[in-house]
Amino acid sequence: MLAALLIPALLWLFALIVLPHIELALLSFRERIGPRQYVPSLAQYRTFFTEPLYWGVFVRTAVLSAIATALTLLLAFPVAWIIAKIARGRASSLLFVLCLIPFWVSETVRALGWLILLRETGVLPALLVWLGITAMPVELLYHDATILIGLVYTSLLFMVVPLVSSLESLDNSLIEAAYDLGGSGLVILRRIVIPHAAPGITAGCIVVFMLTLGNYLTPNLLGGKNSQWFTELIYSQFIVRFNWEQGAAFGFLLLALSTGMVALGLRLSGQRFVDVMRRT
Amino acid sequence: MIASLPRPLWLRSATALYLGAFLLFLFLPLAVVTVFAFNNAPYPAPPWRGFTLDWFIGNRALGRVGLFGDSELLGSIWTSVFVGAWVTALSVLVGTGNAFLMERYRFAGKQWLSVLMLVPLVIPGVILGISILAFCSRLAEFADSAFGLELDFLRPGLVLVVLGQFSYVATITTLIISARLKRFDRTLEEAALNLGASHAGVLRTITFPYLRPALIGAAAISFLMSFQDFNTTLMLVGTDAPLTVTMYGRMREGASPVLNAVSLFLMLASALLALTLMRRRAAAPARAVADVPQEAT
Repeated sequence: MLAALLIPALLWLFALIVLPHIELALLSFRERIGPRQYVPSLAQYRTFFTEPLYWGVFVRTAVLSAIATALTLLLAFPVAWIIAKIARGRASSLLFVLCLIPFWVSETVRALGWLILLRETGVLPALLVWLGITAMPVELLYHDATILIGLVYTSLLFMVVPLVSSLESLDNSLIEAAYDLGGSGLVILRRIVIPHAAPGITAGCIVVFMLTLGNYLTPNLLGGKNSQWFTELIYSQFIVRFNWEQGAAFGFLLLALSTGMVALGLRLSGQRFVDVMRRT
Repeated sequence: MIASLPRPLWLRSATALYLGAFLLFLFLPLAVVTVFAFNNAPYPAPPWRGFTLDWFIGNRALGRVGLFGDSELLGSIWTSVFVGAWVTALSVLVGTGNAFLMERYRFAGKQWLSVLMLVPLVIPGVILGISILAFCSRLAEFADSAFGLELDFLRPGLVLVVLGQFSYVATITTLIISARLKRFDRTLEEAALNLGASHAGVLRTITFPYLRPALIGAAAISFLMSFQDFNTTLMLVGTDAPLTVTMYGRMREGASPVLNAVSLFLMLASALLALTLMRRRAAAPARAVADVPQEAT
């Protein structure tokens, strides 16, 4: 019986996760010297570090992802607070469901909505002209801010859910006690709420950062040619240029960044990986 | 501040204002997608030129192809359903097996395996896609050069898309089903065994009915994840593209309101799925109690 359960699990993890990543690693550490001739080399990684375009896009992706994560936290925290602490009963669950609804719809549909809203001939530029704020319709797509809006929008759910569950477990009487003892809102937030919600905040930030870093659709559609997202480099090396060695090296660099940030987040908050994953 | 503490008027109005703005942000994109599915204009853009159903049923006089006449889009919806069904079946099956494995058995390396099972969730989808692509074409080349076999299913196509999506959806089903199995009261099984039930009978009449809500939830989530997946699919897709990839291609060419029409269809389908799931969940405790004696008799 044990074997019957163990075999599918091992088959899944080894055939689809472990072995493919070993293959990817082998690809990234070799260089083509002629037709069907390869030698082990660090050339792919060397190209990455010597070509400013490549590591520039890498750093840019990391920084924008970090900004998007911070913005998502700022936007989601008050809503999670309202759901967990202010709204009651049916109103609270209704609000929670409302927050979930957009994420039952594909990311493609959400991106289409933003395209219709923001493009030069779209709804918001027309509204700005109508209000007399701008004389001509302005192009709101293809800016870094547009990419950030799209990424924050796509990530909200993954922040709201862990925040709500960690805030709901906070005992209201602690807040009441602090209030009765004269603590101001800010002090309560800093000394009671945030320490208690820290696991939820970390879990949300880790997941949002990871998803943002690995996103392709939203930066590509909302950022256009200016998006310069690292996943686009991987795609173009792998699928367009058929330079799998270079693409594999890029893939590993992205994986290293993603894993590194997850590890850092866990370390800063002193949590275990398994617990964080269960939480989300 | 929480509900039981006094909140000054400015704070209450600021909260209401914030909530309003937040909900607007949340629903504005979906609202414009819906509205422009019915606009009588060749592009999904203002101004409003009157109501039409052309983008659903088509209009030969104006040369408009509606959703119901767009064989490429309809075909890709079918492809998505096909892929989703396979991913759901595989993920729920393997997820259930994994849940029993991790909750019921002890073996060497279990701790290690439980961490490995979570790993697919922290690997970006693009990388899952390219690693499976590279590994499978290595296998295909090997089969070709060693045995002269042409294994087409290892080349980009629907088989790889299913495997790629399954590789991380299985983690999610494992988590959902394990969480419910963990809360199961095993004395129920022991009682049934004491009363002379066979192991298979116990599984069929007690354990699976108890797990049913988790199985249904896991299946719904799997199908939804598969239907929505873009990153992994993009790397593995062959000639038959699922809906997300087809829509992406069309959006890059310049949107037509047919995309709004298909989006509206997706929203309605998701809403229906969400509603049935929620009703089931609300009714779940009563059902679980009612089901057990019924099936035991």
